[in-house]
This record gives sequence, C-alpha cells and structure tokens, in this order.
Amino acid sequence: MAFDSFSAFMVMEGHGPYVWSCYAAFFLLMIGLMVWSLRRRKAAIEACRRGYEFQAGRNDQQAASASAASFNRVKVSQD
Amino acid sequence: MNADCRPALTLRQDTVGALAAMQAVFARDMKVAFRQRQDLLNPLLFFVMVVTLFPLGVSPEVSFLREAGAGILWVAALLSVLLSLDHLFRHDFDDGTLEQLVLQPQPLFLLVLAKTAAHWVLTGLPLVVLTPVLGVMVHLDGNSIGVLCLTLLIGTPVLSLIGSIGAALTLGLRSAGVLLSLLIIPLYIPVLIFGTGTVASAAEGAPVGAYLALMGAFLVLALTLAPFASAAALRISLSNG
Amino acid sequence: MWQFFHKLGSPKWFFGISARLMPWLLAGGILLLMAGIVWGLAFAPKDYLQGNSYRIIFIHVPTAFLAQSVYVMMAVAAVVTLVWRMKLADVFVKSVAPVGLVLTFLSLFTGAVWGKPTWGTWWVWDARLTSMLILLFLYGGVIALDRAINDEKSAARAVSVLVLVGVVNIPIIQYSVEWWNTLHQPSTFKLTEKPSMPAEMWVPLLLSVLGLYLLFGWLACLRMQTEILLREQRTRWVKDYVLAGRG
Repeated sequence: MAFDSFSAFMVMEGHGPYVWSCYAAFFLLMIGLMVWSLRRRKAAIEACRRGYEFQAGRNDQQAASASAASFNRVKVSQD
Repeated sequence: MNADCRPALTLRQDTVGALAAMQAVFARDMKVAFRQRQDLLNPLLFFVMVVTLFPLGVSPEVSFLREAGAGILWVAALLSVLLSLDHLFRHDFDDGTLEQLVLQPQPLFLLVLAKTAAHWVLTGLPLVVLTPVLGVMVHLDGNSIGVLCLTLLIGTPVLSLIGSIGAALTLGLRSAGVLLSLLIIPLYIPVLIFGTGTVASAAEGAPVGAYLALMGAFLVLALTLAPFASAAALRISLSNG
Repeated sequence: MWQFFHKLGSPKWFFGISARLMPWLLAGGILLLMAGIVWGLAFAPKDYLQGNSYRIIFIHVPTAFLAQSVYVMMAVAAVVTLVWRMKLADVFVKSVAPVGLVLTFLSLFTGAVWGKPTWGTWWVWDARLTSMLILLFLYGGVIALDRAINDEKSAARAVSVLVLVGVVNIPIIQYSVEWWNTLHQPSTFKLTEKPSMPAEMWVPLLLSVLGLYLLFGWLACLRMQTEILLREQRTRWVKDYVLAGRG
C-alpha cells in the first residue's frame, strides 16, 4: 500500500482532484459507451421484431383481402 | 449556367494517349475558368481579406505582425484553397462531364492529376504571386518573404492534391462544404506546421534546406498517392447516383 | 486458411462466434482493467518527480494506445473492404469509429488534466497532444462522412478511402516525439527496449492496457452485432434469431 490512510489516498498529497476527475471521466464515458451500445442492440432487435410482425400482419391482411376478392367474383359471376 | 460557357470535353478515345488526354483536360479546365473570371478572383479576394482582418482584429504593431505574418499568410492561403475546392469537381459533376471522364480509356488518376494541376495553377499559383505584396504589408523582411513564397510554392500543390481527395469524397452530398473542411483540415496540418516552421527558422537565420526537403517529400508523397485516392473516391461518388 | 477467411466474411458465422466470445471478453476486460487500476492507484509507489499525479497514467496510456491502434485496425479493415469487399470489415469500421472517438477524447482529457499539476497548464501545444487532437478530428470526419452518405455500399467504400488517407497521420503521431523535442516525455512503451519504469509501475500499466483491449473487443463485437442485425434483417437466420429471443 502506497498510502497510510484512506483520507491520504483520497487527497493524494494535493493531486487528488486531478487524479480522481480523470478516473471519474474515464468510468463515466466507458460505462456510458457500454450502456449505450447495449441499448442500441436491444433497440435493433426490437425494430427487427416489429418489422416482422408488421410484415406478418400485412401478409394476413393480403390473404384476407385476396379471399374476399375471390368470394366477390364468385358472387358477381353467379349474378 | 450558360451552356456555351462550358466547352465539351472531346477526347478521341482510341487515338489519344494518356499524356495528350491530360493536356486536353488541363486545357479545358483553363478555358472554363477564364470564361468565368469571378470564380478565379474569389479565392484571391478571400486571401487578401483574411490577411487584412488580422491587423484589424489583433494588433497592427510591427513586432506582432512580423512574428505572426508567415502564419497568417499560410492560414489564409490554406483557407482560400479550401474555399475553392468545392468547384474542383462540382460543375463537371453537375453537367455530366465527370461521368465521361470516368469512362475514358485513359487511367482516371492521370486525368484527375491534370484537373488538380489546373486547379493549382488557377488558385495556388496566384496566391504565391500575391504573397510578396501581402508579406510587405505584414512587415516581413525580404529574406522571409522569399522563403515564404518558396514554401507556398511547394505547399499549395500539396493542398490542392489532398483537397482533391476530399472534394471527390464529398461530391454530391448535401452538406459538402462543412464536411469537406472537417475531412481535409486535419490532413493539412503537417503541411501548415512545416510551412510556417520553415519561415520561422529562416527568420532566425537558420538554414532551411532540410525543411524545404521535407516539404518536397510531402509534395512527392501527395503527387504519388493523392491522384489514386481521389480517382477511387470519384468512382465511389459517381456510383452513389 | 482460405476457408477460414471466407467464414470470417460471413455475418452469420461471426454472430455465432462473437456471442460465444463476448462473455469472456467482458469478464476478462473488467477483471484486468480493475486489477491494473487498483494496483496502480493504491499500491504502486509514488513517482519521485511527479508525485501522485502520475497515477493518471494508468488510464491515460491505455486510452491513448488504444485510440491509435483502433485507427490502425480500421485502416486494415478499410483495405479489406476495398480489396475483397468483405461485409464484416466495413461493419467493423462503422461500428468501431465512435468507440475510437471516445477513447481519443478520454486520452486528451486525461492528458490535459495530468498536464495541470505537471506542467502548470491545462493545454500544451506539444507534438503528441496536437496529433491526438488531429486524430480526434479524423475520427469525427470518418463518422460524419459515414452519416452523410445514404447508400450503404458507397458509404463503406468512401469511408475506407478516407481512413486510408488518414492513416498517413499515424506515423506522424508516432515519430512526432522525435521530430519536435518539447515538454512531453518520450513514449512510455517501446517495443524494442525494456521500459524505463520500475516493474511495480509498468506491470499494472500493462494489465490495464490489456484489460482495455479486451473491453474494446467486447464493445466491437456488441456494436458489430447490432449493425449486422440491422443490415441482415431480411435474412432467414436473423428472423429466426430475433423471434427465438422472445420465447
């Protein structure tokens, strides 16, 4: 241990503010970067899923309208 | 823009060699420039005005101007080259000449080199010619002015060459102007440092041969690499559609 | 060898292998970084010249080191993009550039704060600080150009050209210490010589450099995965992956 006490460790013979502000900036930015990247990934997965669901919904609708159309045509031909 | 302002580029494909093609591109760019003299004058006016701002904005004292003069002139020259870069490919891009250039059988990097050479003759060289006048106005001594002109003579082609890469990369983009300066200024810094450093050491009476040799090395490096990079960038920008 | 090379180009293969690697990278990175920092902060001896302020070195050097080597990695990836048109290489450049920007900023910030007690000013226009600043601009330019071009393929190739042009700057950074003799101390790590620091100082430094490398690897994998998911969302395997993640 290079320091006698915890308070000496915090003060670092007057250099404390410099050292600790550097480490604070480092941890803040690195953790921020990690969290941001994780959330971006989550958001990307979410966007993909919504895309697939939208696609699936549209396919259903198309299928429904296609069957409706054929039904109509049958009706017209009967008329 | 007036159509007859811009002569078509005519290269007979199978018969014209690379050197002749370069000459044709160079001659055409000169002709276009002299038909639109305003574009020629703009960078020069900008250069003079920026230099004028420094004595007004900082201090008209002889000692300050003598010390900072070379730096002021170099920065002003750098900025006015930057200002003119937007025109390097823009008009040719807009009217389709550039597509023709890319389709020529001659190697594109040679044609780009010819265009860059024309750009330097039209902007860099006039700046060098104007420098002694402005140098006297910022109280540089004769020896310093000579060295300054020499550094600008070697340095401005480097500015044009590096700039052509940036101009080619940002071609057709919406915020091209701002982007261009963001991309190019970092690459200009070494040239600027050595350009002004040479004049500073000349003012102290030190020999400048080594500095000039180093700047010459920059020029050779830029001459050999930049045309390839801007040719590649041009192809990318044109395929961007 | 060639098979490996082709596999490396396949986003699906990368996705699988990176998913297996990432926990190790994260755990190893945090462990080494923490070990290096705690050792450096609390146990390493005081520097006889600079006192305790030198303890900033345990984050300053790793960030500066990594900021430069990330750019070199991007340059290698840029060559691969231009020559072989490998998808992953361009995904790498795009995903990693913001990380490089943050690391460069951190090294500049810690350098400036370190300069205050050591040199008496926040900022000194010395060669290495200046070239780190230029590196920051280069990263900014890469990100801005990538954002400005809409077409994915052109963006990838244009950015590659820019990165390659900018890599000319890296040797200038490396040798600037010899070019201009200024206030800054000479490079801490030299590959050919033994470091001039005592072991109690350079071992924790080495640990934190390695730790940050691993952490960078984790970040790169994570961000590349994100990019791949977005680009390949029309493929079968991404659909399977996304829909499987729900259940």
